[in-house]
Amino acid sequence: MSDGRLSVFKTYKLYVGGKFPRSESGRVYEVTDPKGKWLANVPLSSRKDARDAVVAARKAFGGWSGATAYNRGQILYRIAEMLEGRKDQFVREVAQSEGLSKSKAADVVDAAIDRWVWYAGWTDKIAQVVGGANPVAGPFFNLSTPEPTGVVTVVAPQESSFLGLVSVVAPVIAAGNTVVVVASERAPLPALSLGEVLATSDLPGGVVNVLSGRTGEIAAPLAAHQDVNGIDLTGADEVLAKELEVAAADNLKRVFRPQAVDFSADPGTHRLTAFLETKTVWHPTGSLGASGSAY
Amino acid sequence: MPTTAPAFADVTASDSTLRRFLHGLPGVDAVGLEGRAASLGTRSIKTTAKAYAIDLAISMIDLTTLEGADTPGKVRALAAKAVNPDPTDRTTPTTAAVCVYPDMVATAKEALKGSEVKVASVATAFPAGRAALPVKIADVRDAIAAGADEIDMVIDRGAFLAGDYMKVYEEIRAVKEASGSARLKVIFETGELSTYDNIRRASWLGMIAGADFIKTSTGKVAVNATPANTLLMLQAVRDFKEQTGVQVGVKPAGGIRTSKDAIKFLVLVNETAGEDWLDSHWFRFGASSLLNDLLMQRQKLATGRYSGPDYVTVD
Repeated sequence: MSDGRLSVFKTYKLYVGGKFPRSESGRVYEVTDPKGKWLANVPLSSRKDARDAVVAARKAFGGWSGATAYNRGQILYRIAEMLEGRKDQFVREVAQSEGLSKSKAADVVDAAIDRWVWYAGWTDKIAQVVGGANPVAGPFFNLSTPEPTGVVTVVAPQESSFLGLVSVVAPVIAAGNTVVVVASERAPLPALSLGEVLATSDLPGGVVNVLSGRTGEIAAPLAAHQDVNGIDLTGADEVLAKELEVAAADNLKRVFRPQAVDFSADPGTHRLTAFLETKTVWHPTGSLGASGSAY
Repeated sequence: MPTTAPAFADVTASDSTLRRFLHGLPGVDAVGLEGRAASLGTRSIKTTAKAYAIDLAISMIDLTTLEGADTPGKVRALAAKAVNPDPTDRTTPTTAAVCVYPDMVATAKEALKGSEVKVASVATAFPAGRAALPVKIADVRDAIAAGADEIDMVIDRGAFLAGDYMKVYEEIRAVKEASGSARLKVIFETGELSTYDNIRRASWLGMIAGADFIKTSTGKVAVNATPANTLLMLQAVRDFKEQTGVQVGVKPAGGIRTSKDAIKFLVLVNETAGEDWLDSHWFRFGASSLLNDLLMQRQKLATGRYSGPDYVTVD
């Protein structure tokens, strides 16, 4: 008898509409650590996977944007709780993917979990910060409230495969949007595993959809897609970002341009407000005109 | 009374000869039928063939609204969409017809004046068909008087399942007579007929009685058009034409929502009945939401980028 068990390899799959499909194309590609050692085969998504993900995200948008901000906060906090329980797995994957030591990777995972908590706290506070009553010269209440933009495509950072990913996805869904995220091309494992955590965190299926593959191949149809309302280009290089922004202009998508960012720093709220639209309502105050009529 | 195809005069001579004929039809191999329908559904239709299929499917739609809440405004909106499905692209074909309840026929007719789009009306106490024959006939006459070009009747499933085939036959004949020159579609409600054998029998019964179209279902029950039951009906119309020279149309209705599904049905038509049926005169889709998906696919082919529900009308 041999001494060890046969190892059980994990089949990494996409996360779309709350399910774990393989790529529609049936393709996979090899993922290695920074030194070139093979880690896993992961799905190489096609543009049809991107299309399916947008359909799933659109379907989920009504429920998620209509949920109370308090409820969204609870669910985001739940994600942090679930991640805490599977920390070892993520430490291992982050260490392998990014070539970090165990302790460095543990710091990264801790920071990512804290980031979920940060945005969980913001869900029911952001409206007070960016909305409010506006003084106007007339007998009206004038109120501005932030509303989610809609379906947002996120091109996740290429280098920071987990903390970076959480830092770009969490604020977008905290604001009530639904997301199609293109994972880091070189290091997609933590992103694909995050799908398993999201699926068990009461997050409705379709709110976050994770695609792995060639960033350019998946992001291009998403940027041109008429049913996508916004795109975060953080993980796109200069050439690709320009190309995607041009495609995104066709239906006036809200675009968040790539910028130098230190994901370990205090995240602030600018990513939270990037995909919020302001709705302003004028409402008569009650006393109207000479007749004294009132609503 | 319209005449039955001479080949079947002896079949319809009496209750027992009719039963003997229908029960003498070969039994359906359910596994084989579903397997065949599934394998034809795997065909890959791309590029120019896809563009052709999408336009053909649009031209075959009976754009339908059969709700208690139908208003004249809704019917007019639907009619406008039938004539001009995609206002941003005038090369889009019109749909085949608009399908409404009899009391809305006049409204639809008025709204479609000057176009090629036909008005189809469900009748005969649709969808259940539970009314006396005179009431059903009155329903049909009402629709015809209002200007309906096509009548979609339901068969009496109760009588059919009880084995009273002659009653079903006589009813179809009576409705056919009342329809005059309007084309008659006979709805079997396949979801209520339980077995594939029954669907085959109903198909032959309908065709012998003079149906111009045989139609799967009302869209009001749990199981509507499926590839398998449509395939079965396509085999029936093919065999009927071989035997009598009379061509009968087929209309699957209900549950067909995506372009992909519609193209699968067109493959079934081409591979089973043949090219003669690839025309809106002989094959129809009873659908409403299908049109939007076809339009979005059409836009995708034209522009190369995926379209979205913001770019088609909500109805």
